[in-house]
Amino acid sequence: MLDILLFVVFPYLAVAIAVGGTLYRYFTNQFSFTSLSSQFLENDIQFWGSTLWHYGIIPTLVIHVMGFTIPKVMELMHSTPETLYLAELAGKVFGIMALVGAGALFYRRVASSKIRMVTTPADWVILVLLFFQVFLGMWIAFGYRWGATWFIQTVTPWVASLATFQPAPQYVASLPLIPKLHFLNATLLIAIFPFGRLVHMVSFPVEYLWRRFQLVIWTRRKVV
Amino acid sequence: MKIRSQVSMVFHLDKCIGCHTCSIACKNIWTDRQGAEYMWWNNVETKPGVGFPTQWEDQEKYKGGWELKNGKPQLKLQNRVEALGNLFSNPALPTMDDYYEPWTYNYGDLFNSPLGDDQPTARPISRIDGQPIEIESGPNWDDDLGGSNIYAANDPLLDNMSDEDKRRLFSIEQLFYFYMPRICNHCLNAGCVAACPSGAIYKRAEDGIVLINQDKCRGWRMCVSACPYKKTYYNWLTGKSEKCILCYPRLETGQAPACFHSCVGRIRYLGVLLYDADQILDAVKVSDDQLVQRQREMILDPFDPKVIAAAKESGIPDGVITAAQRSPVYCYVKEWELALPLHPEFRTLPMLFYVPPLLPVLSVGQESGTQRVENDLFSSLESARVPVRYMSRMLAAGNDELVVKAYQKMIAVRLYKRAETVGDVTSDEATAALAKAGMSAEEAEAIYQLTSLPNYQERFVIPPYGREGDIEEVYDPQQRKAESGFGKRQSPHRGL
Repeated sequence: MLDILLFVVFPYLAVAIAVGGTLYRYFTNQFSFTSLSSQFLENDIQFWGSTLWHYGIIPTLVIHVMGFTIPKVMELMHSTPETLYLAELAGKVFGIMALVGAGALFYRRVASSKIRMVTTPADWVILVLLFFQVFLGMWIAFGYRWGATWFIQTVTPWVASLATFQPAPQYVASLPLIPKLHFLNATLLIAIFPFGRLVHMVSFPVEYLWRRFQLVIWTRRKVV
Repeated sequence: MKIRSQVSMVFHLDKCIGCHTCSIACKNIWTDRQGAEYMWWNNVETKPGVGFPTQWEDQEKYKGGWELKNGKPQLKLQNRVEALGNLFSNPALPTMDDYYEPWTYNYGDLFNSPLGDDQPTARPISRIDGQPIEIESGPNWDDDLGGSNIYAANDPLLDNMSDEDKRRLFSIEQLFYFYMPRICNHCLNAGCVAACPSGAIYKRAEDGIVLINQDKCRGWRMCVSACPYKKTYYNWLTGKSEKCILCYPRLETGQAPACFHSCVGRIRYLGVLLYDADQILDAVKVSDDQLVQRQREMILDPFDPKVIAAAKESGIPDGVITAAQRSPVYCYVKEWELALPLHPEFRTLPMLFYVPPLLPVLSVGQESGTQRVENDLFSSLESARVPVRYMSRMLAAGNDELVVKAYQKMIAVRLYKRAETVGDVTSDEATAALAKAGMSAEEAEAIYQLTSLPNYQERFVIPPYGREGDIEEVYDPQQRKAESGFGKRQSPHRGL
């Protein structure tokens, strides 16, 4: 019963809150969508913290998503010891980068009185949860070996079962506590996505790669 | 030919007395908010000097503007891929230290201190975190310190200038300085617009005003670096960038922008220029010494029937064309070629033009007392107190000739009027000066009129906006009256 609550109901609830909440916020309060950068107030630790964090966490996220979406390919990539070592090594390097980055960002918010002025409770919640999430991830990576392979046998079918509306929590229900905590914390992060600064992820400006440089806009006419 | 209209500006530096009234008018209206205290959409700098933010002209440090790479203009800050790669930490972002940390004073201490032997003091405290601070700089920290070897000596324009020029700039007995009021240049090839990853910054087609859409801005901060004039500012509280809006709500109701309206020296002119938008790319591809001339070529004659026909075809209303024909900016920039763009070598095609200051130039080389300038009118420019070289680096991308030409005209106008009203210059001398400057007596008279005696309507020729036709009357104005300001129905909170 608890498994159904934690690994079926909670994920659906979280995704519903994330999608609904983000859309609602976007259409009612677009002004609040920003990176909320504080680089202007403190630049030195920000460089190391933010750069390491983002360059660590984005590849990590992408690898996780690839595990959900193209498990066959990922399985193939882990089929020889050499590629498996390489995959595990890459995962750990990115994970450590993210962990160090999050730590630096955390330290910065504590140490700088200027940064504290632009820190909201939501910022603290998100930072702590993210740090905890990466910490758990690293614990799994080092404590429960070859996650790259068992991930595909457990987490992938669980997520797939949720996505196809045939929930099967049994895939993850018998895993040890630490991986379960990792999943729950991830679900929690999804649930709080619309309520803080995380929404800046949906603002990633890919269109800058091709948009025209100069924008000229007529009032109540289309862009020329 | 794609014709657009641009509300453009001329600042006549000869008339600026450095009173900062413009800055205060602007601040009171737009930037007296938390998060924006350090912003000066309008500021006045002492030149030579380091400016605001410190040494903003040094693009090796700030990476603003464009540069030519293989003949193509490219942002100095980034290419498209670099822009996305640097989102998380912009390597060229000026920090608050490059501007200044806004402060106030702990006035309460004056009243609440316990009785003691010493007078209580109001200590300066930061307006960011409320902590006591040592005030180390401010928005016009080097005000009136033109000759100082702490501030003026760090002026980026002095790099590579000859020792002789530097000696003239810093000789104690003959110190000179002049003022540079600066607002957003509302450029045609704006660096901020091109650098914004979100595409939040745009130019209004009707009047060319460059604005930041506060709803689309995501706080990536690239505009702050890419503007070579450092006229976009990052609001540290809301996490959005802001800039001069040329008081468009005032313009749309037929009033001059606040800084223009309040200008004590009446140095500011505002009017429409018609230009050919198809030429923008070509105009920024030419070599440095051609830039000003090329920009002038883009600006079209509003009396030319062909231009008028093309303008109508491009959707420019008749009223705007009429305004362009009466534009004082057109006279200064195109007809008389007296006004020059600030740092054209940044290749953003700025549409704010400066008439170089004549006054410090004219009190040339005299060892004592005054000297009749006309004896030695044109050669004196070679040994002018403000080296022409300094002006040309600032206003003509190093093309001395353009500055000298403007000065020759200004001197000729002065002699012409002096012959007429004071009489210590003979009319022959005046005629000779006019001939040398290549101008007619009528032109001299017109320059004199618009420089010395213009009234409000002559200085500010604001085009009709016709907003009443653009805006649907779906909102009850009485209902909107008590709300938070132009276009926004929510107060601008940080984040959620």
